[in-house]
Amino acid sequence: MAKENAIVEQDDDVIVKLVGIDKYYNDNRVVKNLSLDVKTGEFLTLLGPSGCGKTTTLRMIAGFEEVSSGKVFIEGKDSTDVEPYKRNVNTVFQSYALFPHMNVYDNIAFGLVEKKVKKAEIRERVTQMLALVQLSGFEKRMPAQMSGGQKQRVAIARALINNPKVLLLDEPLGALDLKLRKQMQVELKHLQRQLGITFIYVTHDQEEALTMSDRIAIMNEGVLEQIGEPWEVYERPCTKFVANFIGESNIIEASISELDGDKLTVIMEAGSATVHGEGFVYDEMVNISIRPEKVKYSAEPVDGFSLSGVVKEHIYVGSIIKTMVELPNSQIIVISRQPDETPPPVGENIWLYWTKGSAVVMHTKGDPLYNIIEEHSYLSDETM
Amino acid sequence: MSNRKKGKKIRRVSSIIYACLIYIFLYLPIVVVIVFSFNTSKLNLRFEGFTFEWYWKMFENKPLIDSFKNSIIVAVSSTFISVVVGTIASVGMYRYSFRGKGIIDSMLYIPIVIPEIILGISLLMLFTAFEITLGMLTLIIAHVSFSLPFVIVTVRSRMSGFDRSIEEAAMDLGASPIRTFTRITLPIIAPGVVAGAMLALTLSLDDVIVSFFTTGIKSKTFPIQIQGMVRTGVSPDVYALSTLLIVGTIIIMILVNVFDRIADKKMYGEEKSIDEERVPFV
Repeated sequence: MAKENAIVEQDDDVIVKLVGIDKYYNDNRVVKNLSLDVKTGEFLTLLGPSGCGKTTTLRMIAGFEEVSSGKVFIEGKDSTDVEPYKRNVNTVFQSYALFPHMNVYDNIAFGLVEKKVKKAEIRERVTQMLALVQLSGFEKRMPAQMSGGQKQRVAIARALINNPKVLLLDEPLGALDLKLRKQMQVELKHLQRQLGITFIYVTHDQEEALTMSDRIAIMNEGVLEQIGEPWEVYERPCTKFVANFIGESNIIEASISELDGDKLTVIMEAGSATVHGEGFVYDEMVNISIRPEKVKYSAEPVDGFSLSGVVKEHIYVGSIIKTMVELPNSQIIVISRQPDETPPPVGENIWLYWTKGSAVVMHTKGDPLYNIIEEHSYLSDETM
Repeated sequence: MSNRKKGKKIRRVSSIIYACLIYIFLYLPIVVVIVFSFNTSKLNLRFEGFTFEWYWKMFENKPLIDSFKNSIIVAVSSTFISVVVGTIASVGMYRYSFRGKGIIDSMLYIPIVIPEIILGISLLMLFTAFEITLGMLTLIIAHVSFSLPFVIVTVRSRMSGFDRSIEEAAMDLGASPIRTFTRITLPIIAPGVVAGAMLALTLSLDDVIVSFFTTGIKSKTFPIQIQGMVRTGVSPDVYALSTLLIVGTIIIMILVNVFDRIADKKMYGEEKSIDEERVPFV
């Protein structure tokens, strides 16, 4: 530990560095050995279901929560024990947390007043900020007289006026209606590009994360499952949880029976298939993840595939039609099709296949979900 | 149809009468005191003529004026102490959770429901045990002990809707914990603090029982003095002083109300979001 204290981050590219963070609430371990590098100027999203530890992680960066063990570096400095009011990061809260007894002007000016900036300069910068968030003329308004979207913009202006190196956003759009939320997503992304400030954004909405982020860190039960660019986490999920959480996936358990370069033949309970991937060994247990839109079907068996099922039903969901196919082991595979395609009749047996690069092969070893299952056997009933 | 209208009218009239009776019941005794403070006769049996005489004469009644001064001193200092201690305690109780918080919390309410006479006797025993001479000091301590729970209860009720992230936001923006308290927390809970102070002040001003046990010979409070005078007959100068006290209380009450209104209006607006949709988000 003494050695780690001496580490001064040399990498200019990394603005926030978390090293081996653990967080306990009493005996409850909510963040588990989390290490994360946030690059300067990027829009990083912490994504996960509620209770996955994403907000706690954000609050540890802000300094509102103490870490149980591990280190927090901000701008290369060990900030683990620095008080929140001395950290060069600012937060936008989910509940906005505007000061109800102050008008918009005083709310936005708060940080500068605390820093004892001259009045004339405060006036100028508040005016600029109001223009930036398109609230010019609202100086005298009290928070109670504003709509949710307006309050949110005041909260953003109040944080940004301090020129923070990092802006932390804790589900800032959670309380807004869908339409406003979509608008704000675009607006926030533009703001971030325009100002070049690093954003660390917490959300449970995967669509929001995909839309806005440069990189997404997916958390589950306190564990960082995968970090990567939106296309990466969508196209190349590393774990079963990620494959399921980002978009919809068919997950099939399999074992590798044949290796030919990156071409793998896998045996599943219901048949066999050909997939592509590197770094696998013979007889290894894997998960195959395949998106509904990537599953193809035909009336005859396709070379390299021996996987058939019975069409159970069609579900119309607007832009696409979902077809449920039941495999011999009663696992349901979802196929999505364009509505203009003629669907295979219900009850018919069809052969499933996919093209190279459509399916993702994931190790089960090292997958946190599987480790958890080993620890808590009650979870093993969980499917899909 | 007309029967229904008639019924409505009867209901309206009867509810007005009902309200009037309540107010007469509440205010008649007070009005009597005020009226008799202007009575020329020393006996308060009949109103014989109008005079301001007693408002001058009361200043000659040195024991009465002294007791009044004592009351003010005790009330102001015990209020000040209980408001400071109580506010800090409330904020602490709100902010931290710890084992046994529930028990400590409910223990706060016991002094409120405990019969005052028991509190008086207990305090007297305590002061005697520690050989503290009864006087202003013991009076102030005693008054703090019964007003403190009221202050805590009032301030805590104000804090119950308080969003902790507002304080975090202030610290996030660079305010130290002390600055956060003075600039954010205190202004927001101010109406609760003021209400607690008013409660403490009135409780202290009209307390007889606890004061009776804890006062010294030279530190009689106004209510104790009046109680003592009942045997020899209450003179109209007492009414005059009482009237001044009533007027003073009413003025304070109005001020508190106005202050509260302004604070609330500022914080929560007259009507909620007048132009919610006026500025579309671009």
